Amino acid sequence: MRSDKQSRTPMGLKIAAGLGLAFLHLPLLLIFLYAFTTEDKSYQFPPPGLTLKWFAVTWNRPDVWEALGLSVRVASISTVVALVLGTLCAAAVSQTRFFGRETISLLVILPIALPGIITGISLRSAFNLAEIPFSFWTIVLGHATFCVVVVYNNAVARFRRVSGSLIEASMDLGADGFQTFRHVILPNIGTALLAGGMLAFALSFDEVIVTTFTAGQQATLPIWMLEELVRPRQRPVTNVVAMVVVLVTFLPILAAYYLTRDGDQISGQGK
Amino acid sequence: MTAAAAPGAILPGRGGLGGALSDAFWRNPKLLLFVMLTPPLLWLGIIYLGSLFALLIQSFFSIDEFSGLVVREFTLKTYGELLRPSNLDIIVRTVTMAGLVTIASAIIAFPIAYYAARYAKGRWKAIFYLGVMLPLWSSYLVKVYAWKLILAKEGILSWIFAKLHLTPLIDGWLALPVVGGNSLSVSPTGTFLVFVYVWLPFMILPVQAALERVPTNLLEASADLGASPRQTFSHVLLPLALPGVIAGSIFTFSLTLGDYIIPQIIGTSHLFIGMAVYAHQGTAGNIPLAAAFTVVPVVIMGIYLWLAKRAGAFNAL
Repeated sequence: MRSDKQSRTPMGLKIAAGLGLAFLHLPLLLIFLYAFTTEDKSYQFPPPGLTLKWFAVTWNRPDVWEALGLSVRVASISTVVALVLGTLCAAAVSQTRFFGRETISLLVILPIALPGIITGISLRSAFNLAEIPFSFWTIVLGHATFCVVVVYNNAVARFRRVSGSLIEASMDLGADGFQTFRHVILPNIGTALLAGGMLAFALSFDEVIVTTFTAGQQATLPIWMLEELVRPRQRPVTNVVAMVVVLVTFLPILAAYYLTRDGDQISGQGK
Repeated sequence: MTAAAAPGAILPGRGGLGGALSDAFWRNPKLLLFVMLTPPLLWLGIIYLGSLFALLIQSFFSIDEFSGLVVREFTLKTYGELLRPSNLDIIVRTVTMAGLVTIASAIIAFPIAYYAARYAKGRWKAIFYLGVMLPLWSSYLVKVYAWKLILAKEGILSWIFAKLHLTPLIDGWLALPVVGGNSLSVSPTGTFLVFVYVWLPFMILPVQAALERVPTNLLEASADLGASPRQTFSHVLLPLALPGVIAGSIFTFSLTLGDYIIPQIIGTSHLFIGMAVYAHQGTAGNIPLAAAFTVVPVVIMGIYLWLAKRAGAFNAL
């Protein structure tokens, strides 16, 4: 009787859940359709015809390439900074007990918990007060700050499952601290760091609110898109760029999912 | 001799700088902790907290009405300006929108989260998880752009309604005073829809986490004791899931309060808090007023978080 009851899903719930998921995904699918439309003056649906020519047009646009290049460089450097800072923080918080641990977790989460506009305008006003001119590095400064949290979250979750006795065993067998880190800790947390790094890259690659305050005249890809959204000038190119951005951000997310999914098989568990 | 120094007594010290450093860390774990924590704390402390303080200080400055320059003297005048009716309107409008978006997200999120938590197994569980994660992580601007395509006058929504011969329904809705406008993409209804769409995944995840912790036998016990499904829902399931809903509402509420891009692209010309901040710091150059405006969502979120903590929402995060 009991299992009977569990396996029967109420029809209404099924429909509501299905509709909810459709609501989440159909708009993204629409982006793919519009990348091929022949219409270039309006957002007409259904598209009057389908064409591949906008891909070639987009490919030959130097401003798109420039924005893409800047975004990739900013995201790469922010990810590296976030990986270093996030891992250090996660190691300190999960491996030791000390006064103010909770405060540090809060401090790491704060940049993403407060609305982006607050982070953005406070960075900008700090740059103003300190008379720092906008540059590549002001963008990185902002991005790395809120990317730390994703690396930190992934690393903390993994560190909790790495058994302390493994580290002690390594030390007992004569490895020094650096060898232990290199040969014992790193292989165990590696996939979590990779996943955190990918999410940080995706987060930075997509960020627009903080960037509008710290970029000055430079255009990252999201800023390029934002300008197109406010004042549409080249709709077909925007359609293609939007589709490419969807594909580019899906890949690291899928990869991060598969990397952390098997995280249960950590050596030294169950001790 | 202390216990920490004992290994040094048995083994000879390691040679080289790395070895010496490693030994030092082993003998003195506090040193290691200090070395590990210094870089992230310096970064977050100086760059982030420093900037927040810079902002807070500026909100106590004021702007000279004649020269348009910022006067660096302590005053509460800027906060007084915040209480002008036009500025209060902006605050009320934003908070109302954030509240409505939060309620709508909770209603749409609940069935998805409940299905994923209770009925989805194995493969379907993974599909549901990715089905929420992919929209959550996909580009924010692309999502807004997709809705610009959907809500456009010549877009898919009008087309569907025309095919179903329901166009008068849209026109009737758009003719309503508060929610309507010239077309869906320049009406508050449009802004609302996009907000719900963009923040919905942030609601689903914590609700699902809370529902996964509800023991199934509680629901069965309720049914055995004669409760109808509706009664079980409102007296057993909902109270147990409430911390998750509140945790999700922290995200949807806070994100709506601070957003300035969605109402700028899809909506009327009426300002939201974020847009007001952006306008004051940008073209107007009135950084003190912009700073004072950002204090509003921070205070509102502070109160909200305090209430949420009392309701036990943080255990569901």
